[in-house]
Amino acid sequence: SEAKAGRADLIFLIRFRHGCLLRNQRCILAYLYDRLLRIRALRWEYGSVLPSTVQFHMSAEEVEWFNRYKKSLATYMRSVGGEEGLDLTQDMKPPKSLYIEVRCLRDYGEFEIDDGTTILLKKNSQHFLPRWKCEQLIRQGVLEHILS
Amino acid sequence: MSEAYFPVGPGLGLEENFLSLDDILMSQEKLPGRAESTLPRLAFALGQGAGTGDAIPEGSKLEIPLWLAKGLHDSKRRIISVELPKIYKEAWRTVFSADANVVDLHKMGPYYYGFGSQLLNFDNPENPEIAQTILQTFISRFRRIMDSSQNAYNEDTSALVARLDELERALFRAGQKGLNDFQCWEKGQASQITASSLVQNYGKRKFTDMDG
Repeated sequence: SEAKAGRADLIFLIRFRHGCLLRNQRCILAYLYDRLLRIRALRWEYGSVLPSTVQFHMSAEEVEWFNRYKKSLATYMRSVGGEEGLDLTQDMKPPKSLYIEVRCLRDYGEFEIDDGTTILLKKNSQHFLPRWKCEQLIRQGVLEHILS
Repeated sequence: MSEAYFPVGPGLGLEENFLSLDDILMSQEKLPGRAESTLPRLAFALGQGAGTGDAIPEGSKLEIPLWLAKGLHDSKRRIISVELPKIYKEAWRTVFSADANVVDLHKMGPYYYGFGSQLLNFDNPENPEIAQTILQTFISRFRRIMDSSQNAYNEDTSALVARLDELERALFRAGQKGLNDFQCWEKGQASQITASSLVQNYGKRKFTDMDG
């Protein structure tokens, strides 16, 4: 019956099926791309080591992509700003002081600062610490920045 | 996740953004149309007829999503011809020109502007009027959106956004964000380092263990 129906009908069917395939392809690509955008945001908002709960949900290719992005970013940061490079992920908001007041939100354990002393970070303890050491812990939700 | 995550936005004008999730949702909206010739074996796929072998007879009315209409449409109209949904037609156009502020654009298909822009892709003698109406509607509604988004601080805004379509809601959210950021700066909280919003979600939602 296909032979009797003639070519015009087949063209229609082919276009229909092709349209559906393209639609599926578009949806999949947009989804995967959006995931990559979120993973990229994680590098800036959370840090270079992702928590295991997040990594659990990433595919192997996404982990690979994240590692390569991290490396690209690190190479770039090293090339900018002279000898030691410039950490662009620090000081995302303009700093007002060298030391800040922080409160611990959950038990973290021991934390060593530059002059060699260790601080025990227990839940609800408050400390006055250098900004650059705490920034990552604040972003990860371990510490809370308190404004005076 | 809000500071460093920049999703692909919807396209402006006649072209959609391929990777935009908003555009994908928008192009799923349905459009009335008519089959121009017998369409074999597709009754099942398009929601009519019981068996997989049924054909759609010529001239029958169909409701198809925009992406399919765009794919099957050609200027000679051999397969499908599309009609305008009612809110882009003459009757509703006069309502919009009378007073655009009272219309509930969310109910009328939540993508009035985006979908309307895509409709201009199909040859239709009314296209210039449709384009004009969409533009004028936006102009007359914009003032109210801008005012309400800039003045509703720390309030429940659901009443304000209920009648806005998706484009207008995005504008409203942008206005609110500007307002909130400004207030935060005024309170001196602009230099406070905050946890990333992803981390804040961890506390609220424990990831369940998965098998395997």
